[in-house]
Amino acid sequence: MSNCSCVPFKGTKEQQKKLEAAIEKYKDQSGALMPVMQAAQDIYGYLPIEVQKMIASGLNVPLEQVYGISTFYAQFSLSPKGKYAISVCLGTACYVKGSGKIFERLKTVLGIDDGGCTPDGKFSLESCRCIGACGLAPVLTVNEEVYGRLTVDDVDKIIEKYKALD
Amino acid sequence: MKNAAELIKIKEETLKNMKSYKYNIRVCGGTGCTSSGSMKIIDELEAQLEKAGIRDDVNIVQTGCFGLCALGPIMIVYPDGYFYSRLEPEHIKEIVKEHLVGGKPVLKYLYSETVNDGEISAYTDTVFYRHQHRSALRNCGVISPASIEQYIAMDGYMALAKVLDEMTPNEVISTLEKSGLRGRGGGGFPTARKWVFTKNAKGDKKYVCCNADEGDPGAFMDRSVLEGDPHSVIEAMLIAGYTVGADEGYIYVRAEYPIAVEHLTTAIKQAREYGLLGKNILNSGFDFDLDLRLGAGAFVCGEETALMRSIEGKRGEPIPRPPFPAIKGLMGKPTLENNVETFANIPQIILNGADWFASMGTEDSKGTKVFALGGKINHTGLIEVPMGTTLRQVIEEIGGGIPNGKKFKAAQTGGPSGGCIPASLIDTKIDYKSLTDIGSMMGSGGLIVMDEDTCMVDMAKFFLEFTIAESCGKCTPCRIGTKRLYEILEKITSGRGEIEDLDRLEELASHIKEISLCGLGQTAPNPVLSTLRYFRDEYEAHILEKRCPAGVCKALLSYEIDPEKCRGCTLCARKCPVGAISGEVKKPHTIDKSKCIKCGACMEGCKFGAISKK
Amino acid sequence: MANVNIKFNGIPYSVPEGITIIEAARLVDVNIPTLCYLKDINEIGACRICVVEVVGQRNLVASCVYPVSEGMEIITNSERVFNSRKHNLQLILSTHDNRCLACVQNGHCELQKICRDFGVDDVNMFDGEINHYEIDDSAEHMYRDNNKCILCRRCVAACEKVQGVSVIGPNERGFNTHIGCAFDQPLGDVACVGCGQCIVVCPTGAISEKDHTKSVWKAIQDPTKHVIVQTAPAIRATLGEMFDYPIGTNVEGKMVSALRRLGFDKIFDTNFGADATIMEEANEFIERLQNGGTLPMITSCSPGWVKFCEHNYPEMIPNLSSCKSPMQMLGAIIKTWYAEQNNIDPKDIFVVGVMPCTAKKFEIGRPDQSASGYPDVDAVLTTRELGHMISRAGIDFKNLPDEDFDNPLGESSGAGTIFGATGGVMEAALRTAAEKITGKQASEVDFMEVRGTEGIKEATYNIGGVELNVCVCSGLANARKVLDAVKSGEKKYHFIEVMACPGGCINGGGQPVQPSAVRNFVDLKSLRAMALYSEDMRKTIRKSHENPAIQKLYTTYLGSPGSSKAHRILHTSYVERDKF
Repeated sequence: MSNCSCVPFKGTKEQQKKLEAAIEKYKDQSGALMPVMQAAQDIYGYLPIEVQKMIASGLNVPLEQVYGISTFYAQFSLSPKGKYAISVCLGTACYVKGSGKIFERLKTVLGIDDGGCTPDGKFSLESCRCIGACGLAPVLTVNEEVYGRLTVDDVDKIIEKYKALD
Repeated sequence: MKNAAELIKIKEETLKNMKSYKYNIRVCGGTGCTSSGSMKIIDELEAQLEKAGIRDDVNIVQTGCFGLCALGPIMIVYPDGYFYSRLEPEHIKEIVKEHLVGGKPVLKYLYSETVNDGEISAYTDTVFYRHQHRSALRNCGVISPASIEQYIAMDGYMALAKVLDEMTPNEVISTLEKSGLRGRGGGGFPTARKWVFTKNAKGDKKYVCCNADEGDPGAFMDRSVLEGDPHSVIEAMLIAGYTVGADEGYIYVRAEYPIAVEHLTTAIKQAREYGLLGKNILNSGFDFDLDLRLGAGAFVCGEETALMRSIEGKRGEPIPRPPFPAIKGLMGKPTLENNVETFANIPQIILNGADWFASMGTEDSKGTKVFALGGKINHTGLIEVPMGTTLRQVIEEIGGGIPNGKKFKAAQTGGPSGGCIPASLIDTKIDYKSLTDIGSMMGSGGLIVMDEDTCMVDMAKFFLEFTIAESCGKCTPCRIGTKRLYEILEKITSGRGEIEDLDRLEELASHIKEISLCGLGQTAPNPVLSTLRYFRDEYEAHILEKRCPAGVCKALLSYEIDPEKCRGCTLCARKCPVGAISGEVKKPHTIDKSKCIKCGACMEGCKFGAISKK
Repeated sequence: MANVNIKFNGIPYSVPEGITIIEAARLVDVNIPTLCYLKDINEIGACRICVVEVVGQRNLVASCVYPVSEGMEIITNSERVFNSRKHNLQLILSTHDNRCLACVQNGHCELQKICRDFGVDDVNMFDGEINHYEIDDSAEHMYRDNNKCILCRRCVAACEKVQGVSVIGPNERGFNTHIGCAFDQPLGDVACVGCGQCIVVCPTGAISEKDHTKSVWKAIQDPTKHVIVQTAPAIRATLGEMFDYPIGTNVEGKMVSALRRLGFDKIFDTNFGADATIMEEANEFIERLQNGGTLPMITSCSPGWVKFCEHNYPEMIPNLSSCKSPMQMLGAIIKTWYAEQNNIDPKDIFVVGVMPCTAKKFEIGRPDQSASGYPDVDAVLTTRELGHMISRAGIDFKNLPDEDFDNPLGESSGAGTIFGATGGVMEAALRTAAEKITGKQASEVDFMEVRGTEGIKEATYNIGGVELNVCVCSGLANARKVLDAVKSGEKKYHFIEVMACPGGCINGGGQPVQPSAVRNFVDLKSLRAMALYSEDMRKTIRKSHENPAIQKLYTTYLGSPGSSKAHRILHTSYVERDKF
């Protein structure tokens, strides 16, 4: 339920223009809020407080209303996904094989919490339930790629590999 | 576009144009076939036709769903109607050369059931198709959903023209009433009555809404209609607008259906260009326009009042009824809301007459119903059958039975709101009343088949988990009660159940049913109640014997190595993530149950079938 | 409207068509318990406590939203209904912090009462996972403890529909639904105005004011402190409710008596501060009117309104009167004039305001509110807190003799008294301004057009040949409407009175909590206001400038209204705040 994103907001002028255009387009329609929020999610990839404030101001609705909606619908996200989304399995099999330690190591190396994203937008980190690869435990995935039979030392190597990839 | 005559002209031109090709090829572009690669088939087909120099002789139509998703990607070659299935791009070169240039269909790529001793039979004679009757799906898999002309060629918008030219709103309603059409979204409310209420409601402004927020796990009937035949829904909404006195409409569709959204967007644009949406439609003085609104991932928005709140740009929380949407709906105005499949039937009813529709089905359930067949069944896919077809016909014939020789255990209809039908009731007729009588419901059309490997307690738990994730949280019984139901089921499946829990389950389930605010809460306990009704012994086995008869509930399982079969290859010991297996090489191994986490890795790995779970 | 024939528990009645079952029940003396229902603002059918049987309906229906119709047979007292309500209560309790004995609402909690009525004997019946929430104590005036929240959403309705403030709402969904601010920020960091309307509608102890009684007890017991209490005009009209007097009973004499017995050194009347406010505000208005100042001028007595203006209409800050509120004026006068006259060092004076208001707890910490160099007021008690102090001290309120305020700051005019009701400030100001403008004694003191509990009232008065357009509004949602109309140019006013709470201070966020069963069917605002208007009628002095103590304050100390000394002591400034 972590709602806070530790990634500094890095919206561009161009993104703001696009959002303003979307607000302009829907402003006079009834029920404008949802389509505008969907547009904002498309433009920014997530709906941080800065974006929600722009929406609330633009449509003249309370910020809490925007936030209440953004947490009601599963489609809206409050934190960005990194270019490389890392998921660590904390299911039973992986956990007993030490995935908890791997998760902790990732938090330290990346400097973010569960559900967070690094300030450069490169890595996001989340825990997940069993992905059915118990035989490879402990397991993590980076986007679609699966890494199994991990040790804490492997974590740094994996991160280095993706850092080098740009 | 001014009148029916212009529609007929377009129809004739389109048909003439299609006849001018040597071959018309229909390739399924529905979500199922697309994800199995049908776009690559089309690309390859175009390339190969170009190479063979016959591109201009062949018309490729990317259609909506054919229904037999299990065999995708699918391609049918007309005029003969040869049915290619499970195509790979590598097959195309051969098909172009042999069939389209050489005139000889490539038997090995045809759907095996249409080929007997080298003879090709019509695909419509296969068991999957021959019991079906396509009304709502009439154009799915037939026309290109991106072409309004092809829709018009199938008499599209003729029902609208007929209504505007010849029928009063009351005549439309009495036609619907005679047809016996009932809402296909799950509730089964008589469609004509909804229309009358909205028509009679006082209001300077009225709306028509199409509920395309199909959310039951495993259901994709509406998606298929929208992907394959979007104009049928638009046409029906126009008819509805004329009948109830509305000039504006919304289609609320899941954002998770990108192809449906794309096709609807195109269709709305085309209809506007043809003057079929907008002002003074077909010179009748009737104005109507509509817009899309996308869902954002909330199952509860399939509930009609929640859907309207969502269109209004609010949290999708249902509001109490009455007042019903027909009196006070979207933006507080009288609103007619029907589901996709209901709408898709309407142009046909207008054109073919109420009697045609009422001739299908049973006493209280007329016409046909579309089902999405899923789960442990051979022909997963989309079917449309006359009401009154038995479950046995659907599962054993159309569905092709249960895979791997397993036994049919139960079917689940109505998704998280529905119930299960045990094997003993497989001869139940599919109609509203029969299904309700046995504690299930018609639902929107998801039909999940379960075999002997399915644990019914686990199944109930699965649906409750879905419900608690999707409960809006507004009313007490649904917000807290469903969570508590889930927790009791969790307790039972983890081996901590007590026999009194069954009474608590029943008591709480009926409490939630009785006083929840909306349909989601009122039906959420159904999966629990119906499994308790038909599979109480399974619940008791979990509680009294701490045993899961289907071998699903992990906490109640134990893995054992048969010393007779074990060759001591050590593979299982190496596979085990927690080091619970030990033994010497070439001697039978054993599992330390205190360490075992029941992940099953050992059993999957064993080459000698020596490991079993109990 | 036509009537329909219905039956309640088998007995036939005729009731107006179109009303809900619960309204019909009220007419035929059947009580139906509710938790979420608040008439007109929260008719959402969410808690499901008010369910009843309607013959022919498969499920129970929520009586708060279900309309009656001809021939309807309603059953409210069946075993089925009782069991349903009981189970529902048990479900609520399974997520509720049940440590009732340590709860501020113990004994007054609506949930507690209904549990007792329905014989809830097993609070653990549906125990399971619960969500734990941190208590939000970030705001100056209140706590929010979501562990006691039952998600009835009354607070949300009050904040959004009544006040147009909309800083709280439902976040997330399903079992994780909780009431909070955007991004679950603490209340102290958002545009909450502190009005406390959420507190008075909460059926449990999930929302309550910050307790100032501890610091007041401590000051009273401290021999070095000269502890002075002042009571707002509206307290005398409502304190009686804490001791089971009928709503609208004026208990001024017993209140003063009780305060004296609590050990306060002096008991002054904020009505005096109100009279001072009128002196300054009328003067400021005339100045603006005659010298081309910013108009319309808007009153600034209501700290909830002031904060609302700062957050939402910062461009209208120049329109706000620069006058402090009556409480702050009196506090400032106590720590300057009174201190000088009595030779007391202001640092040793502890001023307590008894207020109908929670925003006052915020107001005392505002900048530019320390005329003596020390805060004008040191602690603010709500009517409720005072009631609790009286009970704790073992004072038998009902049998107390009637006593008078101390002088000189206990003397007041009827104009000061009516400050407690919407329209009162305007009327009081007009009584004084009319005479100042015309220079003549006015015979008419009643300005009936600005009285009454409607949310927005307008009037035009011809005073000394000048047409004055005035507007009075209460409830911040109404203030929004008025301000938007002023901004768009649709309305042209000279003078606007805004009270944050609907009906004014008599219905403030610090007033006794009346359960929904009363709140929904009794016009609290009129009954309480009546007590103030009758006192105004009884008084011989009904104009602020005729209050002899006020006259003395100006002749001996301040000079004239608007003097630089008056400005230094009685006026303040405002700050722009963020919209969200």
